[in-house]
Amino acid sequence: MPSKPDAMTDTLDAPGGTPAPDATGARPFISVKNLKTYFEIRGSVFDRLMGRDAGTVKAVDDVSFDLAKGEVLGLVGESGSGKSTLGRSLLGLVRATGGSAVFEGQEIVGLDERSLRRLRSRMQMVFQDPHAALNPAMTIAQSVGHPLKIHKRAKGAEDQRRQVVAALERVGLSPAETYMDKYPGDLSGGQKQRAVIARAVVLDPVLLVADEPVSMLDMSVRSKILQLMIDLKQKLGLTYLYITHDMATAKFFCDRIAILYLGRIVEIGEASALYAAPKHPYTQALLEAIPDPDPNHTLPRNLPRGEIPDAAKPPHGCAFHPRCPRAFAPCGWEIRDLTGLLEARWAGMAEADHQAERALIGTPKIPDGPEAASRLPAASGDGAALLALLEKIRAEDPAEPFWTGVKAMHAEAGHVTIDWHTPVTPRLIAGKGTAAACHLHDPALAAHLPKAADGA
Amino acid sequence: MTDKPDTALPGHATLPARPGRFAPALRRAFRPVAEARGFARAMLWTGAVLTGIFVLMALFAPWLSPYGFDQYQAAGVQFAQLAPPSAQHPLGTNVQSTDVLAQIIWGARTELMVVALALVFSLTIGVPLGLIAGYFGGPFDRLMVLVMDAMFAIPSLLLALVIAFLLGSSITSGIVVAACAITIVYVPQYFRVLRNHVTSVREEPYVEAARAIGAGPFTILGKYIFFNVIQTVPVLATLNAADAILTLTGLGFLGYGVQPSQGAEWGYDVSRAVGDAASGIWWTTLFPGLAIVLLVTGLTLLGEGLNEAINPVLRQRATTKLKMEDLE
Amino acid sequence: MSAAKPHPDTPVVSVRDLRVYYGTPKGPARAVDRVSLDIRAGETLGVVGESGSGKSTLGRGILGLLPEGTGLAGEVLYKGRNLVTMTKEELRRMRGPELGLIFQEPMTRLNPLMRIQEHFEETLRQHHPKLSKDEIRQRSLQALGRTGIPPTRYKHYPHEFSGGMRQRIMIALALVLEPTLLIADEPTTALDVIVEAQIIRLLADLKRTSGTAVMLITHNLGIVAEACDRVAVMYGGKIVEEGNARQVFADPKHPYTRELLASTIALETRKLHTIPGAPPSLITPPPGCLFHPRCPDAMKICAAAAPPEEQLEGRRRVQCWRHSATGAIPAGQNAPLGREEISVAFEA
Repeated sequence: MPSKPDAMTDTLDAPGGTPAPDATGARPFISVKNLKTYFEIRGSVFDRLMGRDAGTVKAVDDVSFDLAKGEVLGLVGESGSGKSTLGRSLLGLVRATGGSAVFEGQEIVGLDERSLRRLRSRMQMVFQDPHAALNPAMTIAQSVGHPLKIHKRAKGAEDQRRQVVAALERVGLSPAETYMDKYPGDLSGGQKQRAVIARAVVLDPVLLVADEPVSMLDMSVRSKILQLMIDLKQKLGLTYLYITHDMATAKFFCDRIAILYLGRIVEIGEASALYAAPKHPYTQALLEAIPDPDPNHTLPRNLPRGEIPDAAKPPHGCAFHPRCPRAFAPCGWEIRDLTGLLEARWAGMAEADHQAERALIGTPKIPDGPEAASRLPAASGDGAALLALLEKIRAEDPAEPFWTGVKAMHAEAGHVTIDWHTPVTPRLIAGKGTAAACHLHDPALAAHLPKAADGA
Repeated sequence: MTDKPDTALPGHATLPARPGRFAPALRRAFRPVAEARGFARAMLWTGAVLTGIFVLMALFAPWLSPYGFDQYQAAGVQFAQLAPPSAQHPLGTNVQSTDVLAQIIWGARTELMVVALALVFSLTIGVPLGLIAGYFGGPFDRLMVLVMDAMFAIPSLLLALVIAFLLGSSITSGIVVAACAITIVYVPQYFRVLRNHVTSVREEPYVEAARAIGAGPFTILGKYIFFNVIQTVPVLATLNAADAILTLTGLGFLGYGVQPSQGAEWGYDVSRAVGDAASGIWWTTLFPGLAIVLLVTGLTLLGEGLNEAINPVLRQRATTKLKMEDLE
Repeated sequence: MSAAKPHPDTPVVSVRDLRVYYGTPKGPARAVDRVSLDIRAGETLGVVGESGSGKSTLGRGILGLLPEGTGLAGEVLYKGRNLVTMTKEELRRMRGPELGLIFQEPMTRLNPLMRIQEHFEETLRQHHPKLSKDEIRQRSLQALGRTGIPPTRYKHYPHEFSGGMRQRIMIALALVLEPTLLIADEPTTALDVIVEAQIIRLLADLKRTSGTAVMLITHNLGIVAEACDRVAVMYGGKIVEEGNARQVFADPKHPYTRELLASTIALETRKLHTIPGAPPSLITPPPGCLFHPRCPDAMKICAAAAPPEEQLEGRRRVQCWRHSATGAIPAGQNAPLGREEISVAFEA
């Protein structure tokens, strides 16, 4: 049975989320195919001395999407989701490891530094922390004027000054003379972000990658900067890649949204469809987690547990499964999930009970990849007692999704063997509305769905 | 060049106001110096006055000194050997019949010239190397770090001795030889400080922003990194100058410094006078020794004062004390 | 609770006319300007405001954690004693068992060289020197369990925990001393959205079970709405409105509260709303009401005199001329304030 879904999903490889129809009808403005950006981890001194490989972080792992001209695509995720790395890989600020990213017919991946620098006049970036993004040793006029100088767009100092004034006025820093000779430290947060945006648009780019442009600003300033970005989009015909963790501003600002989790797109589609009917449990969680000033909104009920796991050792199967309230058999259950389950159980348990349980359970070996069966050593050497404890834990909370992944448990001498359901790596499946990488929406896996969760 | 340590005095223009954008950027980088208060200010000023006295001596030696540095007679009359301080020789004379005061004054010129020359050499080598290695990293960086660390591991006086010995045969000017010897000793320090500072500034978002607007690596180094790392250099340079005086006098003491025919040198003076103290002749060792101590102290105070003023970790937040009356 | 539970209606802390001024080269900056508030047992008071509103300074002022040279006046009454006039040593002894605090960035408050166990041992020993090793362990594990940290992690170092776990540990470290008042300054700002929601829920649960009074300082109105009973809105160092959180958000009385709520971007936002202008200078504040240069409802009186504080029904108060008692505004002074368009030059 478990081998069947693999074959099925292979045919469902097509990247989901068709872009909004391009007005020109020609090739997409930006086309990203199977983009990968991996980082080698430099381990601790000890690791390096021991010759141990600290591993690879797949910051962006096999991401594909298209972006039409004039569109706003939101890349939404928590820290560690790879959203910033994805944006930077598109600009060539971070070198992609593989795949392809084509911008206006030009392949970015593998492009040499000099050509990339020339391309930068077409694609620009707005940063999260406006204070840190401006050189403290340059005046605002120097900072905003520098791109003109680099790309030789100004005919003399007078022309450069004129263009800088125009850019500053365009972003609402008016009269420009008030700001030109100031240093970043003399401006407020909103003014600094305006200056950063002025520097980005002074070259008349077509693409703006905005990395959390409002998240460090005060509430009342956020809407002003967002309004400015909307105005600039209309006036200058900009295309935005809006990177954020904030589902609320993304909903207001974006045409399409891609939700990222541990380097992969888990859901992508039209913003309206995604907010109306989010398919992936992670998207649902992000939406539920937003603190809402509306007094009629109550505390979210179904928050995922835990936090984003270590990207160097991502969970098997679906990376979200250890936190997912609706995970089921094929999601990739493994021995680490049992350790997590036990730890959560012991938190807040009476000291004596916890010690008693702990005395039975040994430390399992963590495998490098998925395995069909795992051994949980019995600290006491009594496999049967350990099995009894595990069965007791299962009986106490049979609804715990972890148990759906356990095919069988056998007591053996000194350990318990746990047979797992074969993990299936989810792929984006296009359907009505958005495309989601979730087994809940995979017709081939419907047979595994627990009856209670069959509401999707 | 001898007025180098003076350039960052509070109250003075931090640099000669050259036209262009360079001067305002530097002035901004060193603004904390002008705003230094309290202890830092006291250190700065004490150091500046002490150093200033020696700088004046060095600049105006021909007018200040009663005699030439190698003058042992006046109007055909030879000076007495080892004469105690008198009206004719305020600080006495030494075993070679030269005037001790003249030795001190001309010695200031030698010391500061060598140190200034060494400073120019080591800055022009150490700063660019540090900038480039720190920004680009990679094999060049690793190699440079290895070489510089290896040099750093050799005791400074020993290294200077070897260099002075090697160069002594090919370069005739003792001052240049001594300056080169000292340069080799201090290049690794500038390199290390600059390189480490650059590796941290390189990660600042404004450097990434510069890459994002299409700036090339040398533009980034010149416009985005240089002015944000340069603040540490005057501190290091001043403290190194103090240390360099000790190395130079050490070389002189051992006979490898500036030769007596080329200029007065305090370390050499002390070495010639070492035996005198035993026979109750105190002025030949005391005054050159005191000159060394005072100049080194002056430069150290200046350096520490600068450090206190510029280094944000050491700097106290300048809060104005409030009185209760202000609360109304 | 280490102390006897006070009567639910008596405030745990009463702040009266608290002023905190920072010295600047241009003159004193009134970071907190004559603020009064009460926090009752088992109550969570949210203090909201934008940067520069004085909300963090208020929290630090109550705890006496202000930099040298800061001017502090007024009263912070806690169990009948004025914290403002206490010596540093007395205050230090109160912080922990009486007044707990949680900061924004947990990593900077945990010593990276000390195991979690050692953090708890040090904290408990300092304030309860007579506790046995076993009691310390019991209490620590219990506090950690309440915040969801498993006992298996008791001997780990801070760097082995994620950001959310560290903040849970910080909360447990504050709770283990069972303080009467807990001041949390932006405790979730450095965290991811889902973890933030987890921590807010944890704080809300803890409030229900412990009876500790909490002062939650945040810039996020949503957090206040979800975790707080009451809310105090700060603007330019003053509390401009205070009341039951639900009531204030449902029916804001002060124009600033209303405008701030409207400019907050939520899922329901259909059109962006902005408040023109920038927050007031704390050194040279505008005359009259601090908000009048930006206020759409400003009247002539607003530019001339600071509004009196009006007590409304149900422990609610507001500093706005629009809600002043009838007859308080001189004739003709209630005409709309004609003023020049606010230049974008002074936009924040």
